[in-house]
Amino acid sequence: MTAQKTHVLLHQEDNILVSCRDLAPRETLRIDHQKVVLTQLIPLGHKIARRPLAQGEKIFKYGAPIGTALADIAVGEHVHLHNMKSDYIPSHTRKAMD
Amino acid sequence: MQGHVRSDGRKGIRNQLLVAYLVECAHHVARLIVNQSAQAEAQLIGFPGCYPNAYALRMMKRLCTHPNVGGVVLLSLGCEGFNREELEAAVRDSGRPVETLVIQECGGTQKTLAAGLAATARIGAKMTEQGRVDMALDELVVGTICGGSDGTSGISANPAVGNSFNRLIAGGATCIFEETGELIGCEQIMAERATTPELAQQIYAVMDKAARYYETLGFGSFAPGNAEGGLTTQEEKSMGAYSKSGDSPISGLIKPGDLPPKGGLYLLDIVPDGEPRFGFPNISDNAEIVELIACGAHLILFTTGRGSVVGSAISPVVKVCANPDTYRRMADDMDINAGAIIEGEASVEQVGKDIFERVREVAAGAPSASEALGHQEFILTYKTFEPIGPGCLPTARVA
Repeated sequence: MTAQKTHVLLHQEDNILVSCRDLAPRETLRIDHQKVVLTQLIPLGHKIARRPLAQGEKIFKYGAPIGTALADIAVGEHVHLHNMKSDYIPSHTRKAMD
Repeated sequence: MQGHVRSDGRKGIRNQLLVAYLVECAHHVARLIVNQSAQAEAQLIGFPGCYPNAYALRMMKRLCTHPNVGGVVLLSLGCEGFNREELEAAVRDSGRPVETLVIQECGGTQKTLAAGLAATARIGAKMTEQGRVDMALDELVVGTICGGSDGTSGISANPAVGNSFNRLIAGGATCIFEETGELIGCEQIMAERATTPELAQQIYAVMDKAARYYETLGFGSFAPGNAEGGLTTQEEKSMGAYSKSGDSPISGLIKPGDLPPKGGLYLLDIVPDGEPRFGFPNISDNAEIVELIACGAHLILFTTGRGSVVGSAISPVVKVCANPDTYRRMADDMDINAGAIIEGEASVEQVGKDIFERVREVAAGAPSASEALGHQEFILTYKTFEPIGPGCLPTARVA
């Protein structure tokens, strides 16, 4: 299990990475050529900032925009509902299903 | 591999005997015939409604004359709206043995069952006369669908299927991807892959239709479970599904029942035309699988993260499991463990090659996991479609 990789870069132009297992706070990741200490839990399949992201910046995954940053995001930070949003269907669509 | 050659030149990788009920009222008798028939290749399909529907008739014609089908028994109650004469004529014109049984004329359940068993025996005997011939990769049609997606789907199983699509298309095969409602957000990158500007326009138009259709239903395709699995936005989920299509140019846009004219990658538009009338575009994964099969798909690549068990009548379903934990729990139902990508034990390219090899094995006759377990799910319901617009099949015009 220790040999298992921590994250994956899906496309060279992406500014996020995807975790390959549950990553614990204080774990050290090697992001490109930089060592980054995580500050929060990042579960399997979730996104991690690959570089500093400015509020309003597009988030790229698979080399394509998947939404916009709602706040400044640091390298290694969890990128999810709390700090990014859809450019198509706002999150109230999901709440409307409850 | 070898195939069963049909009168239209297409070849089948299976030789199924379909027992098709034409209204729910004939379903039970049809099932008794399939269960008691000595023909191991007998399979049950059908349409439940009593009201006629042009889409359902067209779909049943395509399914009953699918290259994987060798013969057909039609089961009618007698008073339903389905045009059984037109369906029987279409099957007969295709050169396949076909018989229609009308329960009200046969004299009820037991007499129709006896007549049905005799009919399947006669048709089965005729089917064995049909020989097999060599079949090349460029004669194969493969469809793909995802179901029970989670945060791993878009990073393992879906791109691996995309990689296998690249390999299949390089070998001349025809590949179809679908579910336009779950491709919302991908319209620009899809349109950029279209082989002509006219096709690009058509892709924008069907994606706009899909967005409007789902908006009218008041239902997005993004569920709370997706967020728990790490997906944040609709377009992110769409991109994960979209990666099943690989990197090939998009050669055409088709609707259920349209046959791709030659090898390459095709997008299947599954969202009905006109005002929403019959509810959700597809009520479950098997409705999409049936539409891919109606477009000639010999085999379906099904990616799953949460873990689906379904197969299909007519065409084998090959399961590609995205999530390594799900694979360990449900390995008997899976053909390919794409979770190895998540755990760093295999690359997308390696799993793509494994899927490509699995496609060749199953096409050559090896049963897929769901096939071996006896899965033959089937569902067909009401829809409305207009014919595809001009420019949707640029290659057909040249031919």
